[in-house]
Amino acid sequence: MLKIKNLHASIEDKEILKGINLEINPGEVHAIMGPNGSGKSTLSSVIAGKEEFEMTEGEMIFEGADLREMDPEERAHKGIFLSFQYPVEIPGVSVTNFIKTAINAQRKAQGKEDMPANEMLKMIREKSEMLEIDRKFLSRSLNQGFSGGEKKRNEIFQMAVLDPKLSILDETDSGLDIDALKVVANGVNKLRREDNAVLLITHYQRLLDYIVPDVVHVMVDGKIVKSGGKELAHELEERGYDWVTPEKTV
Amino acid sequence: MELKDKLISSFLAFEEGLEPDKSVDAIRNQAIKDFENIGFPNKKDEDWKYTSLNAVLKHDYSVFPKKEDAIEYRDIKKYLIHDIDTYDLVFIDGIYSSHLSQTTHDKIDVCLMSSALTKDKYRPVIDNYFNKIAPKSGLNSLNTAFAKEGAFIHVHKNKLADKPIQIINFATGNESSLLLQPRNLVVVDENSHVQIIERHQSLTDHPVLTNSVTEIFADRRAIVDYYKIQNDKASASLIDNTFIEQKDESNVSVHTFSFGGKLTRNNLNFYQRGERIDSTLKGVTIIEGKQHVDHNTLVHHIEPNCESHQDYKGIFGDSSTGVFNGKVLVEKEAQKTNAYQSNNNILADDKATINSKPQLEIFADDVACSHGCTIGQLDEEALFYLQSRGIPRKEARGLMMYAFANNVLESVKIPEVKKRINKLIASKLEVELGFNL
Repeated sequence: MLKIKNLHASIEDKEILKGINLEINPGEVHAIMGPNGSGKSTLSSVIAGKEEFEMTEGEMIFEGADLREMDPEERAHKGIFLSFQYPVEIPGVSVTNFIKTAINAQRKAQGKEDMPANEMLKMIREKSEMLEIDRKFLSRSLNQGFSGGEKKRNEIFQMAVLDPKLSILDETDSGLDIDALKVVANGVNKLRREDNAVLLITHYQRLLDYIVPDVVHVMVDGKIVKSGGKELAHELEERGYDWVTPEKTV
Repeated sequence: MELKDKLISSFLAFEEGLEPDKSVDAIRNQAIKDFENIGFPNKKDEDWKYTSLNAVLKHDYSVFPKKEDAIEYRDIKKYLIHDIDTYDLVFIDGIYSSHLSQTTHDKIDVCLMSSALTKDKYRPVIDNYFNKIAPKSGLNSLNTAFAKEGAFIHVHKNKLADKPIQIINFATGNESSLLLQPRNLVVVDENSHVQIIERHQSLTDHPVLTNSVTEIFADRRAIVDYYKIQNDKASASLIDNTFIEQKDESNVSVHTFSFGGKLTRNNLNFYQRGERIDSTLKGVTIIEGKQHVDHNTLVHHIEPNCESHQDYKGIFGDSSTGVFNGKVLVEKEAQKTNAYQSNNNILADDKATINSKPQLEIFADDVACSHGCTIGQLDEEALFYLQSRGIPRKEARGLMMYAFANNVLESVKIPEVKKRINKLIASKLEVELGFNL
């Protein structure tokens, strides 16, 4: 589904990603762990197409298409979804209206008519029930005054509605208490299918107790230094990151 | 002939056409003299540094329009807030249209300035309030000299206007170019409440210049909500002069929505003559092309324990220009004043300009006054968020600007007005939103 080879990326001439190799297949859940500043969030932004990062080397192929030349919205139309660490507040635009705008933008890109209003409402209702989202929540302004947990749940709600092929969850667990974490993880698990994939970016192992990954990667200083099964996460939790760090300067 | 000379020489003919009335005649005569002395403002005046009237004053405007009767309700319906019941005062080329209006004298007087200026019944109100707070200036004096028609609204003590009042001034294509000078007076007695919607709308592509003066008096504990919708054609310009005097515990809000017109200048002055007064001034400006909108506000805090809230937002596209000049004057006696001012702007194109000038003059020492002004572009992180949801960049920009402007609407108290403005903002920014969803 996603093939990344020798990816290098910089911001203002400072290289952040220094040769990433990553392959994600349909049905898989990958987790990328690593210390602060290792480039995890940069990788998610680069896959989603954030313009301030410049891809200097390597390739990113998604479902056979080169991502390099695509705008963020085109990547979204192709089925890439990024759940933000800090979702943006948009006063005056309700959750429902925002979702309607996003869905119809996708459909337009696919050459389809707008989704009929009744179908839209039905779909929004079904997905909100699945994620235990209160109906009142849907008429509130997007992310405005939302608690940390509400923002993250809203991200997963958008993911459910947009039904992407690849979902990248960037630090979705940060700022969540254990109950909110369970709700969010349950939502993600319900959306898992044979034909979609998830990339989890996280600092802590606890999210991986609820969303169990097939592959865990450790990222340090812009490179993936180790990959393994889910047990690798536990090992990292116990031993920290130092033991996987290749050349630690003293 | 220069417009100024033409206006002065027209004054005699204008006066002859009126019923003689000693007190108002004296005011008019003084006003034309003041106009002759002062003239139109120019860029040397500090308050007009960023707004030039030269381009709009060069036309040979007609001052005495012919009566136009061909306008029907269906022609103007879209300019009215028509989905609620309202009192309506409709003027066409400055002349009252009875068949398009709905007046009342039940609990409140919603009628014509021309009646109020000439009938004995209204004499005490005119003597007490007419031309009492509009300061002497070229434009105010010019309006006063030719003051004849407009809205007269008097809400009597302890009365609640049972529905909003719309004041709409239409200009038709009857004259090649037209100068309109509506004169409005709003007197709201103790414990009374009124909501007013005002609009100036040209129906022609000929040049139209409106120089409007509105005086509003809010007595003790009165509540006044005033909405100005400025979405005129590119050939029409508006100079709106609005002056408000407030007494103890009154609450007055003015919302100004500026989306259209060639040149729009809003002079909005609040005078707080009492304690525990609340004044609100809010505005949304969204313009493009070569449009120009200038908000010049004054809040004069004269007595203690009062508040004022100013919040103006502007989005400037193409080579449009905006001005915000907001003055807050806190007198020595006005202790415990709480004055807040905010002016936020987005320049959507490289050629757009905004001149923002907050002026705070504070002579009291125990006050809370704040002001903030921002000029910027859209937040890239937020745009990326929207794009990552599949919303194309252009639409994402529109949605962001909509969100930026929209929160000024929270204080709009008439739901239908809020809805209408929301739609105007969305269509201005080419944002499609499912309002019915």
